[in-house]
Amino acid sequence: MSPDFLYFIETVLNGLMSGVMYSLVALGFVLIFKASGIFNFAQGVMALFAALTLVGLLTGQVPFAHLIHAIFGVEAQHWGAGMPALLAVIGTMVVMIALAFLIERIVLKHLVNQEPIILFMATIGLAYFLEGLGDLMWGSDVKALDIGVPSGGSFWWEDVTREWAAEGSDYFGMYIDKLDVTAAIVAAVLVVALSVFSQYTRMGRALRAVADDHQAALSVGISLRTIWVIVWSIAGFVALVAGIMWGSKSGVQFSLSLIALKALPVLILGGFTSIPGAIVGGLIIGVGEKLAELYIGPLVGGAIENWFAYVVALVFLLYRPQGLFGDKIIERI
Amino acid sequence: MLYREAGDFKTSYRADQQTFPIRSERILFWAFIVAAFAVVPFFINDYWEKSVLIPFLVWSMAALGLNILVGYCGQVSLGTGGFMAVGAYAAYKLMTAFPEMNILLVIVLSGGVTAVVGMAFGLPSLRIKGFYLAVATLAAQFFLVWVFNKFPWFYNYSASGQITAPERLLFGVPVTGPNSPPWATYLVALTVVFVFAWIGKNLTRGRIGRQWMAIRDMDIAAEIIGVEPLRAKISAFAVSSFYIGIAGAMYFTIWFGAVEPTEAFGINQSFRALFMVIIGGLGSILGSFLGAGFLVLLPVLLKNLMVGQLGWATDIASHFEIMIVGALIIFFLIVEPHGLAQLWRLTKEKLRLWPFPH
Repeated sequence: MSPDFLYFIETVLNGLMSGVMYSLVALGFVLIFKASGIFNFAQGVMALFAALTLVGLLTGQVPFAHLIHAIFGVEAQHWGAGMPALLAVIGTMVVMIALAFLIERIVLKHLVNQEPIILFMATIGLAYFLEGLGDLMWGSDVKALDIGVPSGGSFWWEDVTREWAAEGSDYFGMYIDKLDVTAAIVAAVLVVALSVFSQYTRMGRALRAVADDHQAALSVGISLRTIWVIVWSIAGFVALVAGIMWGSKSGVQFSLSLIALKALPVLILGGFTSIPGAIVGGLIIGVGEKLAELYIGPLVGGAIENWFAYVVALVFLLYRPQGLFGDKIIERI
Repeated sequence: MLYREAGDFKTSYRADQQTFPIRSERILFWAFIVAAFAVVPFFINDYWEKSVLIPFLVWSMAALGLNILVGYCGQVSLGTGGFMAVGAYAAYKLMTAFPEMNILLVIVLSGGVTAVVGMAFGLPSLRIKGFYLAVATLAAQFFLVWVFNKFPWFYNYSASGQITAPERLLFGVPVTGPNSPPWATYLVALTVVFVFAWIGKNLTRGRIGRQWMAIRDMDIAAEIIGVEPLRAKISAFAVSSFYIGIAGAMYFTIWFGAVEPTEAFGINQSFRALFMVIIGGLGSILGSFLGAGFLVLLPVLLKNLMVGQLGWATDIASHFEIMIVGALIIFFLIVEPHGLAQLWRLTKEKLRLWPFPH
């Protein structure tokens, strides 16, 4: 095979991998949107918050250390000992569930029956609040996250692909990050687990009922508020997974919350209401972005990754306003 | 006692339909305007100009524009930062290409350029609605900022990639650049905002404003009773972008004097304008001013309190500020979805009956 073709494959593969990372974030959006009709802008910040909490627990940071120092003058940055990874993950999950509970109690309860756009804006407010809270609790410096997820290039794959290249060409093999492969596997497991959960458990059936029709679900005795807490907890879990993956990849820092902005075009491409849509949309955007950067980028001066996905999604929406797999939009007077 | 409508009789339809039908309200308004034009310029200093009054006026203008789109026409836009950038760069190109041009004309023409760009990005709104549209407008935000970073023509091939406003005179007084006196820039901003707020108020009261509101309340029903969605939506995008473009032009020329697109016109600015509109009150001209004032003053106050009084580090203060803004958004949406403007309306109702509420 010619090196050019191999480059192409490498680009596509890497695009697929980064697409999976986008899908991980988009999944959280879809879950909440399906169950409550809320477009949760805070999903990206939730991922950041989860990752920050995880790092804080792992390294044994004292929450609000800077604030305590500012008010009481007590200098206490660390407990002195961290937690094992598994315990820290469980601890973070508990925090995310508590967060889901609080969000339902303090915010959503009061906004039932409001227009979707009001709820959307409330989640923007939530995003700001969580962003400030996360920084205040754990500090705003860039942190490394390492809980033993494999990372770095795969040498085995490099060797295999070097064999494929034509004799005498200077092709050095494909670069595939092990972390990306792990993320892809995790995402696959997550999607399967979520579909099994929603298809075969009692709670999952209740979730689907609520997604279908709020009032009908209420009338057969499903508690909306419980369901919302559960859905936000699951979204918190997905955020945690996304936070771990993105955090291991590029460090835990503020820019992590911006992945939400990356996930938005994925969402509108795949449709707000479809889990497979989130995955397929993520893959399309991932591959499209990488290919565009490779082939169109040089023509216009590069760095088009920022907006390319949006333009693709925008053009696409003009033909199909509900996205690839979204429910058909029916409008009535 | 201050606010009475007793004895305030109307003899014509015209008098009945004026913006401020109650005499005491009219007096209050004009007293406020006279104070703003004739008293404040004598007391203004550099600190008040650069960190309170000019930011307030510029952001009011942006909030006004966004409110026309979101509050009156119901089309959510997250592209405000991008449109402000268009206004700023249009102003820069006009100022450098035509050094003789009057600065007020430059500002208004920049608004015109932004209106054209806004109409182009408003076209998808005919097909795309709700959240999908909000996300689609993000395309404008990212694309426009990228364009201004990428093509050196926009910043006249300057080495830093920044644009810097050259000095321009108005009636012999410099109003842009580092030598401009605070009162001059303040008066220019105030005049522009006053004129366009007045136009905006009357636009929204008139035929076109009613069309926007019909589209906002239910677009299909509006279409059936004869409102043309194309014209209504695109005109809302055009007018809104025009205002936002003027805000961007003022942001660049008389407020900062030098800007760089990524920071100055990032997505945070889009959110900021949206917050102002929500906190101030959707679909209210007064609300745009109240929201802008609130979000401009809040950080100044918090900073004075936490850094100045309590002596905390600035990063803690800024984290707190973000938290408080976020919490306030939620608070307002829950307690008063119609924002500060509605609070003012309620206050007026109370004042009308005072001191005998029953």
